[in-house]
Amino acid sequence: MKKKLDLNASYQPDSFTFKDQKLVDEAIARYPQGRQMSAIMPLLDIAQRQVGEEGSKASPPYGGWIPRAAMDEIARIVDVAPMKVYEVATFYSMYNLAPVGKYLLQVCTTTPCWLCGSAKIVEAMEKNLGIHVGESTKDGLFSTMEVECLGACANAPMMQVNDDFYEDLTPETMNSLLDSLKKGVVPTPGPQNGRNKAEAVGGSCTLKKAG
Amino acid sequence: MLEDKDRIFTNLYGREDAGLKGAQARGDWDNTKDIIGKGRDWIIDEMKKSGLRGRGGAGFPTGMKWSFMPKEVKDRPHYLVVNADESEPGTCKDREIMRHDPHKLIEGCLIAGFAMQAHHAFIYIRGEFWDEGTAVVNAIKEARAAGLLGKNAAGSGWDFDITLHRGGGAYICGEETALLESLEGKKGQPRNKPPFPAAAGLYSCPTTINNVESIAVVPTILRRGAPWFAGLGKDEKNTGTKLFCLLGHINTPCVVEEEMGIPLRDLLEKHGGGVRGGWDNLLAVIPGGASCPVIPKSVCDTVLMDFDSLRAVQSGLGTAGVIVMDKSTDIVYAIARLAQFYMHESCGQCTPCREGTGWMWRVMTRMVKGQATIEEIDMLFDVTKEIEGHTICALGDAAAWPIQGLIRHFRPEMERRILEYRALAKAA
Repeated sequence: MKKKLDLNASYQPDSFTFKDQKLVDEAIARYPQGRQMSAIMPLLDIAQRQVGEEGSKASPPYGGWIPRAAMDEIARIVDVAPMKVYEVATFYSMYNLAPVGKYLLQVCTTTPCWLCGSAKIVEAMEKNLGIHVGESTKDGLFSTMEVECLGACANAPMMQVNDDFYEDLTPETMNSLLDSLKKGVVPTPGPQNGRNKAEAVGGSCTLKKAG
Repeated sequence: MLEDKDRIFTNLYGREDAGLKGAQARGDWDNTKDIIGKGRDWIIDEMKKSGLRGRGGAGFPTGMKWSFMPKEVKDRPHYLVVNADESEPGTCKDREIMRHDPHKLIEGCLIAGFAMQAHHAFIYIRGEFWDEGTAVVNAIKEARAAGLLGKNAAGSGWDFDITLHRGGGAYICGEETALLESLEGKKGQPRNKPPFPAAAGLYSCPTTINNVESIAVVPTILRRGAPWFAGLGKDEKNTGTKLFCLLGHINTPCVVEEEMGIPLRDLLEKHGGGVRGGWDNLLAVIPGGASCPVIPKSVCDTVLMDFDSLRAVQSGLGTAGVIVMDKSTDIVYAIARLAQFYMHESCGQCTPCREGTGWMWRVMTRMVKGQATIEEIDMLFDVTKEIEGHTICALGDAAAWPIQGLIRHFRPEMERRILEYRALAKAA
C-alpha cells in the first residue's frame, strides 16, 4: 500500500547472489521446519543490506535497495512463486525497490514531531541539501523522505539516517549533522542536545538512587 | 508519586548495564526456576489476581487472555508472540524496555511461555528499531549461553527459545492478526475473527499475543506477589504501574513509570516539567497515543490517567502516549496530520477504511483552511461513524476517533475558520 512497485527502475542487475550463505541459512533456521516463508522478510533485509554495503564503496555511492533479481532469488530459496515475494516487498515501506542515496534521511513529521517543530527540520534539510523532500541529491549521497511516526516521540523531533535515530533535533543540529555526513563522518546517534536517552532534560526526579 | 522501591523498570534511562550481569544485579532471573515450579495454574491465577491489563492499548486482562489457551497441547504446538511493533504516534515506551531492560522481557517470555505451554516465542519488533532489536538479540544470546533459554531453560525443566522477527515498517502489523500474517511471511493484512488466535493463530496453531510491557512486568509481579501490584493504582480494575510517554508542548518530555490513575495534571507537572507557558496555556491533550480522542483543557484539569477514567470522558488510556498541545497549536491541522497518518497506514483490505481514511484526510485538509461548509462538519462526523465498526480490524476505528474527538470539543474553532474563509472570499 505504500508505494508503486517500480520494477522498471533505471538500473536492474541481471542476477543476484547472497554473498553470505550462512546468514541465509540462519534466517531460515529461525522458523519451524516447513515455515521457511517466514524468512522472506529477513531475507529481503539481508539482500538490501548487501546491496547497501556494495553501494557504500561504489562511485557514485548508493544505499541499500532490493533489485528484482534478489526477489526472484528469495522466491527460489524459500520455494514460493515470485509474486509472493513481490507482494511482501511492495507492502512494507522499509524495502526500497529502486536505488536510494547512501544516506537515507527519513524525517518524522507525524503530529508528535510536528508539534515539536519537524516542519523547520524539514526546511533546514531542504535548504542545506538544495533539494525538496522526497528527492535525492545528484552525487548519490542523500535521499530524503517524510515518514510516519518512528516511535521516539519523547525525543521529538527526530530523523532516521539508515539504521540510526537522531533525536531532539533543531535546525542547527540538523545542519551540522548533514555537514558531517557530507564529509563521510557519521555522528553519534541519539539525542543531539546532550540529554540522556528518554530521560527528562536535567535529570529525572525518579530513580534517584540508581543515578 | 510512586516511590522508587515500587518501580519495575529500574533501568529505564539506561544508566546501568543492560546486559545479563546488570539485569541480575537488578533482581532479574532470580530463582525463575521456583516461580515456574509453582505451576501454570498458580501463575495464571496470580496474574488474574494482579489485575494486570494489557499494555498495548486495548487493556484486556492479561491473566484471562492466557487462560484462553487450550489446556492440553494436542497435535499443534502452542506459541507466544510478543508485539513489539510499537508504532502508535506518541508511544515510545517499549523501546526503552528493549534497549535498557531486555532481560525483563526475556524472563517474562519464559514464564508466560511456560504458563501457556509454549516452547517457542516470537518477538515481532518494528523494523526501524534496529539498535533495540540488536539489544534483544544480544540478550537472547546471553541468556542462551547462561542456560536461561534453550533446553531445560533456567533449570525449570521446560525447553524454551525465542526468535526475534523484524518488521518492515507497517503500522498495521501492530494489529495482532496482521502481525501473525507478517510473521508467516505475508502482507500484513488483518484476519477475520473468529477464529481467535488462541484457537488458530501463528501457523494455525494456538497463539497468544501480548505487548512488550505486559510481558516484561510479569516476573516482577510474580516475585513481589499479586497483592503488591494490585495494591498500586486506582482501583481493582486499574492496577499497578504504567510507563507513560510525555511529549509535545511540555518543558521536559520523557518516558516515566508512574502509578495507574495518577491525575494527568500531576503527571505533566511532576515529570513533564509542566506545560510550556504554564497550565493555563494548555489547549488539549491526546492522552493515549494517536487513536484516542483529544480532550480539552477543562477535562485535563481533573481527569485521572487510567483505563476507566479516560473512557468515562470519551477517550482512552491506549498506550499512554500523552501528546500535549498548548494554545499555539493549530488543533485542526494536528488532527488532519493524524488523518494523513491513518491514510498512509491503512492496509487497503476493507473498503470503508481504504477509501474512508483518504476521504477524511481530504476533507480535513480543507477544514484546516476553512474551505468547507458548516454542513460538511456533520457529514464528516457521519462518515467517521460509517467507518467505525465496519472494518475487519480496529484501524478504521482508530482513524475515526481523533476526528470525532476534534468535532466533539473543537467544533466552534472549525466553524470559525469556515466563516472566516468565506468572509475573506467575499471581500476578495
